[in-house]
Amino acid sequence: MNALTRPHGVRSPEPPDAEGRRAEATHRPDTAVRRRSATVTLVAAIVTLVFGVLALTLGDYPLTVPEALGVFTGETEGFARTVVLEWRLPRAAVAVLFGAALAVAGGVFQTLTRNPLASPDIIGLANGSFTGMLVALLLLGGSWPLLTAGSLVGGLAAAVAIYLLAYRDGLQGFRFIVVGIGISAMLASVNTWMLLRVELETALFASAWGAGTLNGVTATTAVPAGICVVALLMLVPLLVPSLRQMDLGDDVARATGVRVDRARLASITVAVGLVSVATAVAGPIAFVALAAPQISRRLARSPGVPLGVTAAVGGALLLGSDLIAQHVIPLTVPVGVVTVALGGGYLVWLLLHEGRRR
Amino acid sequence: MTTPTREVGSDAGRPPARSRSVRLVGAAALLAAALLPSVLVGANLLPVPSVLDTLLGGGTAESRFVVWDQRVPRTVAGLAVGAALGVAGALIQAFTRNPLADPGILGVNAGAAFFVAVGITFLGITTPFGYVWLACAGALVLTVVVYGIGSTGRDAGPARLTVTGVAIGAVLSGLTTGLTLTHPDAFDRMRGWSAGSLLERGFDVLLPVLPLLLVGLVLAAAVAPSLDSIALGADVARAHGVDVRRVRIAVLASVTLLAGGATAIAGPIVFVGLMVPHVVRWMVGANQRRILLGSLTVAPALVVLSDVLGRILVLPSEMPVGVVTAFVGAPVLIALVRRPKVSGL
Repeated sequence: MNALTRPHGVRSPEPPDAEGRRAEATHRPDTAVRRRSATVTLVAAIVTLVFGVLALTLGDYPLTVPEALGVFTGETEGFARTVVLEWRLPRAAVAVLFGAALAVAGGVFQTLTRNPLASPDIIGLANGSFTGMLVALLLLGGSWPLLTAGSLVGGLAAAVAIYLLAYRDGLQGFRFIVVGIGISAMLASVNTWMLLRVELETALFASAWGAGTLNGVTATTAVPAGICVVALLMLVPLLVPSLRQMDLGDDVARATGVRVDRARLASITVAVGLVSVATAVAGPIAFVALAAPQISRRLARSPGVPLGVTAAVGGALLLGSDLIAQHVIPLTVPVGVVTVALGGGYLVWLLLHEGRRR
Repeated sequence: MTTPTREVGSDAGRPPARSRSVRLVGAAALLAAALLPSVLVGANLLPVPSVLDTLLGGGTAESRFVVWDQRVPRTVAGLAVGAALGVAGALIQAFTRNPLADPGILGVNAGAAFFVAVGITFLGITTPFGYVWLACAGALVLTVVVYGIGSTGRDAGPARLTVTGVAIGAVLSGLTTGLTLTHPDAFDRMRGWSAGSLLERGFDVLLPVLPLLLVGLVLAAAVAPSLDSIALGADVARAHGVDVRRVRIAVLASVTLLAGGATAIAGPIVFVGLMVPHVVRWMVGANQRRILLGSLTVAPALVVLSDVLGRILVLPSEMPVGVVTAFVGAPVLIALVRRPKVSGL
């Protein structure tokens, strides 16, 4: 049924001469993976916490750690309080939540399609919301709320179009992806064309947004977006059991009593929702959805994508990237530029490390 | 591991070899039909007889310039770029056994783009002729790096290479975006280059690249017979007596030369290499040699036709071919994949 051929995503094919290790890979006690997953999640959470404290203290108006944390106990008053509560905290919180959201959405897509290259970026969501944003910006003269609305509408419209075009006697993974590629390519062309036709400054602004940036995040956008993301993330544990079965193939899943079509539709809806919310507020932040699941799988040495670990890793990745984008790089760059470099770099490092270990 | 490929729709089972050959001939006819308007049509509205006269050696100075210095090189460029991308796409999809793989998957496009961006920003290079060398160098360097990292350890399988290529490509595209967003001049030129265009690609741009493409095509032809085995997985290929390592290196070299050369000429036109092999697979079945042959004819037809459309759609301006290909190709792709039973790889 599913034409995407590798049952466990990109797990590196076992070397043909290492029968022992192959056996180990299939019969490895589940507890080892679970323990490693817990460790990785814990480490990622601690890293996120450290990054979070940094995010509250660093900036044009530097604060000490006690000052920044004093906001929560009521000891810090005045401007410092405003800086932390109105600007830095929403931005940091959104970074963590969006990172987790994108990562989980990517993990869901990769599990569903059993393809490591499948992420919501590829099936048109990112390009769709960029198109929506460009239309809002160029034709309607965009303010932030308008850009957000445009991006939300664009992303969802792309997703719905792909879904409708791909639906035929149920939803088949391969067809879904190919239709996604097609729509995605058309939207990308529209975007390229629009960017070519406008003034340089407008194009620069739009491209920065198109790379994904948290610069526009304030408390007003952060709170509703955060609530949506948390609500959607809470649905994910309900999906995990059927996802795990579907990772073994539709037939296996059916045999174990999973209603495959329904489970798949529910999973896609949740994943699309997660990405849409994040993209509407922050633009299509690239690569978190693709890299975080892969990084998590390799760290936990798990055969499938461990979604809990992925969420933690995604949060840490986006928050860390945003810190770098804001405070390390002298010029202002959108966070999306850093996520690709950091996520990609870390993935390369992991691959190198794996290579050496073997 | 590869699901046995089913044939498409109404021709379930195996369509007679003759109907597949007919389709291949049809593809070739389509290509021939695309070449004609590419020489005849353009922003400079020459009458058809004058163009034909010029092609046969006559014509005025102006018509000779338009035909011989603009349209013919441009048509050759479209032909070369299309053929290269189609074959590279077919090779990489068979090799990685992943329908989402495009010729840029090994970092070729990201490397080319990065080098071009660096060249524009720091070296002040601003001509297509200069871009060619930068793009070629970028594509080659990147593939070597990807292969170097992706083949560490003993499991230099396609899956590992894919992820390595995606990861390194991402790092570089991040650097490129960061670089261009902070240098408005470079951004301005890069938005033109990265759209993918055949404008002003004269023979001075083409000639240095054509040998690379030829070597790439020869390599592709050399590995073609082993591809069916490779597409079934390394173990099966070995059982068939294929020297997997050698084929892999040849495939990678071929894809790099073809995709790198095409990108050097026209900029990144990703969609062609991604889409054409799918369409051809549905046309001729899962025989890799036929897919290669079909892609070799359908892809240039798509590129040349898109280029012609791009010239006339927004007169007097011009729409870059990279923008048009998606609009010509995607509807076909979607219409085909919606048929009742469509095969995967």
